[in-house]
Amino acid sequence: MTIQVNGESRGIGDGHTVAALLRELDIRADRVAVELNLEILDRRDFETRSLREGDRVEILSFIGGGAE
Amino acid sequence: MDTMNDRLVIAGREFQSRLWVGTGKYRDFAETKKAIDASGADVVTVAVRRVNITDRSKENLLDYLDPKKYIILPNTAGCYTVEDAVRYARLARAAGVSDLVKLEVIGDEKTLFPDTAGLIEAAKILIKEGFIVLPYTNDDPIVAKKLVDIGCPAVMPLAAPIGSGLGIRNPYNLKIIMETVKVPIIVDAGVGTASDAALAMEYGADAVLMNTAIAGAQDPIAMAEAMKYGVWAGRLAYKAGRIPRKLYATASSPIEGML
Repeated sequence: MTIQVNGESRGIGDGHTVAALLRELDIRADRVAVELNLEILDRRDFETRSLREGDRVEILSFIGGGAE
Repeated sequence: MDTMNDRLVIAGREFQSRLWVGTGKYRDFAETKKAIDASGADVVTVAVRRVNITDRSKENLLDYLDPKKYIILPNTAGCYTVEDAVRYARLARAAGVSDLVKLEVIGDEKTLFPDTAGLIEAAKILIKEGFIVLPYTNDDPIVAKKLVDIGCPAVMPLAAPIGSGLGIRNPYNLKIIMETVKVPIIVDAGVGTASDAALAMEYGADAVLMNTAIAGAQDPIAMAEAMKYGVWAGRLAYKAGRIPRKLYATASSPIEGML
């Protein structure tokens, strides 16, 4: 199935969870926020939350910044 | 006075350093880390952005800034609407470990001045959700008072536009803010060099937050150290109490005993 991750299309296996997606992308779950179809997920739900065709996933983390 | 025991407390949290620094605009993370260490700051601001999923070799800022050692203060930089600022604050909380947020609602690209009406609105929403909101605001005492009235435990008025290096453009307004509100004041944005930081502290600011003045200096590490001493000097002078200004001289050597 195909989902959108940070604005880009990506094919993943059916029934993939958010945690599985993060592992596939080699991203540490404890350092990111995940928004699924505009809903911000609790980190504790990453393992159980399944992704569906067409889902829009945003993965964000902290970067250098002061203001602007 | 012992600077180590002169602690700043905001919303029950104790802060060791009165110099807070941003982490943007450095050449790399190694330089960021060196500058922060030289500044002595224990509060560092960070932005929240999409993870680069195509190039996972990129290092993570938190590999260099251990959240156990530094207080990570996420900002909502780049947000021009209440909705965006609230969304980014929530994302920051989800990505991090605390309820702290440096709230920015920017009003205009050219000046990066805060949209204070939007700021108050966003602050109300986030405070209701349990956030500790530290608002980046302009040097308007009335807005500062409103922010405190709705529950902000500190206010962060600007010295000058972000990244401008102009120094404190309106010291009288800052002084009025310091007299008007009873919460800590963190002067945020616009300082250019160490004397600007010292002045802010002499006026009675509780802390100073800066990024560009350090990261953009020719030698950021040396400037970070200069800023540390600037903030210390200003704080000590404020606590010591300066002499009043007078138009005419007063001799400091006694007349008695002269020939």
